[in-house]
Amino acid sequence: MSTNILEMRSITKTFPGVKALQDVTLEVRRGEIHAICGENGAGKSTLMKVLSGVYPHGTYEGDIVFDGETVSFGSINDSEHKGIVIIHQELALVPYASVAENIFLGNEQRGAGGLIDWNKTNHMAAALLARVGLKENPTTPVGFLGVGKQQLIEIAKALSKDVRLLILDEPTAALNDSDSEHLLDLLRELQREGITSIMISHKLNEIAEIADRTTIIRDGRTIETLDMSAPTATQDRIIKGMVGRDLEHRYPERTPQIGEEMLRVEDWTVHHPTQADRLVVDGASFTVRAGEVVGIAGLMGAGRTELAMSLFGHSYGRNITGRVYKRGEEIHMRTVSEAIGHGIAYATEDRKKYGLNLIEDIKRNISAAGLHKMSRRGWVNDNEELKVAEEYRASLNIKTPSVLAVVGKLSGGNQQKVVLSKWIYTDADVLILDEPTRGIDVGAKYEIYTIINRLVAAGKAVVVISSELPELLGICDRIYTLAFGRITGQVPVAQATQERLMELMTMEKETDKVQ
Amino acid sequence: MTGIASIRELMTRNVRQSGIYIAFVVIVALFTFITDGLLLNPNNLSNLVLQYSYILILAIGMVIVIIAGHIDLSVGSVVAVTGAISATIVIKNGLPWWMGVLAALAAGLVIGAWQGFWVAFVGIPAFIVTLAGMLLFRGLTLLILDNISLSPFGQPYTTIAAGFQNGLLGGPGYDVFTLVVFGVAVAAYAFSQWRARRGRVAYQQTVEAFPLFVLKIVIVGAVVMWFAYQLASSRGLPNVLILLAFLIVTYSLVTSRTVFGRHVYAIGGNLSAAQLSGVKVKWVNFFIFVNIGFLASVAGVVFSSRSNAAQPAAGNMFELDAIAACFIGGAAVTGGVGKVTGAMVGGLIMAVMSNGMQLMGVDQSVQQVVKGLVLLLAVAFDVWNKRRAGAVSR
Repeated sequence: MSTNILEMRSITKTFPGVKALQDVTLEVRRGEIHAICGENGAGKSTLMKVLSGVYPHGTYEGDIVFDGETVSFGSINDSEHKGIVIIHQELALVPYASVAENIFLGNEQRGAGGLIDWNKTNHMAAALLARVGLKENPTTPVGFLGVGKQQLIEIAKALSKDVRLLILDEPTAALNDSDSEHLLDLLRELQREGITSIMISHKLNEIAEIADRTTIIRDGRTIETLDMSAPTATQDRIIKGMVGRDLEHRYPERTPQIGEEMLRVEDWTVHHPTQADRLVVDGASFTVRAGEVVGIAGLMGAGRTELAMSLFGHSYGRNITGRVYKRGEEIHMRTVSEAIGHGIAYATEDRKKYGLNLIEDIKRNISAAGLHKMSRRGWVNDNEELKVAEEYRASLNIKTPSVLAVVGKLSGGNQQKVVLSKWIYTDADVLILDEPTRGIDVGAKYEIYTIINRLVAAGKAVVVISSELPELLGICDRIYTLAFGRITGQVPVAQATQERLMELMTMEKETDKVQ
Repeated sequence: MTGIASIRELMTRNVRQSGIYIAFVVIVALFTFITDGLLLNPNNLSNLVLQYSYILILAIGMVIVIIAGHIDLSVGSVVAVTGAISATIVIKNGLPWWMGVLAALAAGLVIGAWQGFWVAFVGIPAFIVTLAGMLLFRGLTLLILDNISLSPFGQPYTTIAAGFQNGLLGGPGYDVFTLVVFGVAVAAYAFSQWRARRGRVAYQQTVEAFPLFVLKIVIVGAVVMWFAYQLASSRGLPNVLILLAFLIVTYSLVTSRTVFGRHVYAIGGNLSAAQLSGVKVKWVNFFIFVNIGFLASVAGVVFSSRSNAAQPAAGNMFELDAIAACFIGGAAVTGGVGKVTGAMVGGLIMAVMSNGMQLMGVDQSVQQVVKGLVLLLAVAFDVWNKRRAGAVSR
């Protein structure tokens, strides 16, 4: 037996007009955790689709050697049969079906007469859940569980198929820190049981922590494979490999020019939309000034998005109380159009679900919130719309052959630029950006930061909500911390450290929280 | 992005977009061949317009409903109930024809507001609301008509749908007035295309080469004028065609050029994103249903005028023809996609097929089978085409 469980040799995959993969080579050793890094669009997902049989044998060039034999998969079923299981970024679970049903979906445990043996199913599911460290009842509907637990259920599902090579596509992208930590622990545990893992990730800390080796892909080619135990395998080296340039400064320089107070929120309180007695945001107060980037740090569930969305035209929650002042004058925003009218913009954390019309073109997505600016008496000026779209394509560097391209086909970074274009075009004075760099690659992140800097240089006020503390430290002037719906602190960036922020983000209220 | 699109690029782009138009031409050619040209006979063409006008009117409203991601199953019953209201006023009470028309249109608006209220403000899926409406308004029709037909409306009510503009300017064997109207329409079309082209040039967008542009106008103009000549040599310009042309032009502009139209597409494409972009989703949904209620009442007036009666079973299954027209015309079941012109061509494809098969003497039952298969194949072709173009992921 060779030391490599998997060898992909000179894989070339062409789509009409594009060479997605060119002569890519990937070697994964038996029992290791192998990370794959690359910018969005570099070809990581394509490579995994070739491996798992989504692109069947014959549609690509090159050889795949798995466990010493050359394989040619015609479908996902073929690769799963060999023990290669892929877990996609977007989880493929049925929310109303139980945990056990999901685990054995397509692989149902039958008893006499071909009927499903529920006792066996639930019993086996319980055993698998124990292996991934979950204590849930196998009959609980999956939709009742959080994203972190759902991710573990996907892994349990993979284990039920006797997995030998587990492929995870950005497994921690939607998880908070403790869930991520748990997932990484589980991967180590599986490694001890002899399961090899390939992990695609954008989170470099995570890769440094868990991966044995890392392969970097750029523009459809393998750049290098690093042994992570070597002292030369630094995060900077990975970044350099991914973007092909030295990103000495991951955050663009900016000299803050802070002006008058732009927005002041006082005593903002929001109740949960269905559980009326539950406080989601509890008496939050904050300010942001012209030319200032203010960060809001909080763990998942702290109420960050809820705070932003309830401010933005009461788009979340009920029984909302509190006062908002813009340039010293109190304003009321009961609907989104009122909020837009007052010059407030909110770019959502989930651009595919809440931010974009994916089946529509770039031009119409950019104009979606600012149609009033390009229309007279209800009639839209199409030519103006196109001109605006072209302007934003140029100024925000949206990489597309045409602004008539469908947004759903763009990469995450370019989609985010479309979202930003939409809100910048509304002439907003205050832009609330919720996780503006989630799921986008290092190069595009840098561009987003540059855009934020340009906005504040033009006298706008920007509020950035982010889970990534280094990002907040890198781009903000001031950071508020949010914990359990309350603002627990306010730190100027010069005095902020990740440790200090984390301390504030986990601070519970001294008095009894139950109302 | 300045430049002139090459003919090849234009062709490939247009073929992809206009599969439906090509299918229409093929179907017309096919039935013309099978029926020995009877399909394109002036009288037959004129009949075809009259016979399917109400389906086309319904399809205009329906495509907007479908773009927004809803459906309306009640339009057939609304056609019946508005016709019945009109008949009660004109026939039973002997009031003037226009009072019947106004009452029907007002009833359409009220019905639209009723259904819009439940869909938009209460949040009940349109499928349920309009399924209830289908039963409700059919029942009301039976109550109003006491389960029997009311007829005849008599003149001038019947001229709405059965009348023609003919002989206003005289003519040697064909109606000059019809030709003049169509001539003006073609000129207006050419002018608006030219203006649009100039606008695009001013904004430095790609336009087709000038000779190609002229060729396009000439071909469209020739086909339209040929159609006009056919009408002119038959009975002249049908009133319904004027109404239909007005509605098609108006609603094409409303869907493509107004803020309201954009909001309809935005809601159908991604409801949450539309909401968070400041679209007043509830009000837009409400007016979508008010609008289709109104158009259904227009169709109700046209239908009752054409049949010169209000019948308890009027408009039965019209909703399905209107829905089929939209989907054949390229609207997406999931919302966000569709065009008024597409729905019109979809409706005309069905009209030409029904008419062609009638001329051939094909049995009613076989006609239904063929129509069902065409609907299925049209949507299958669309899905396949989009997948090939890569517009649909996965």
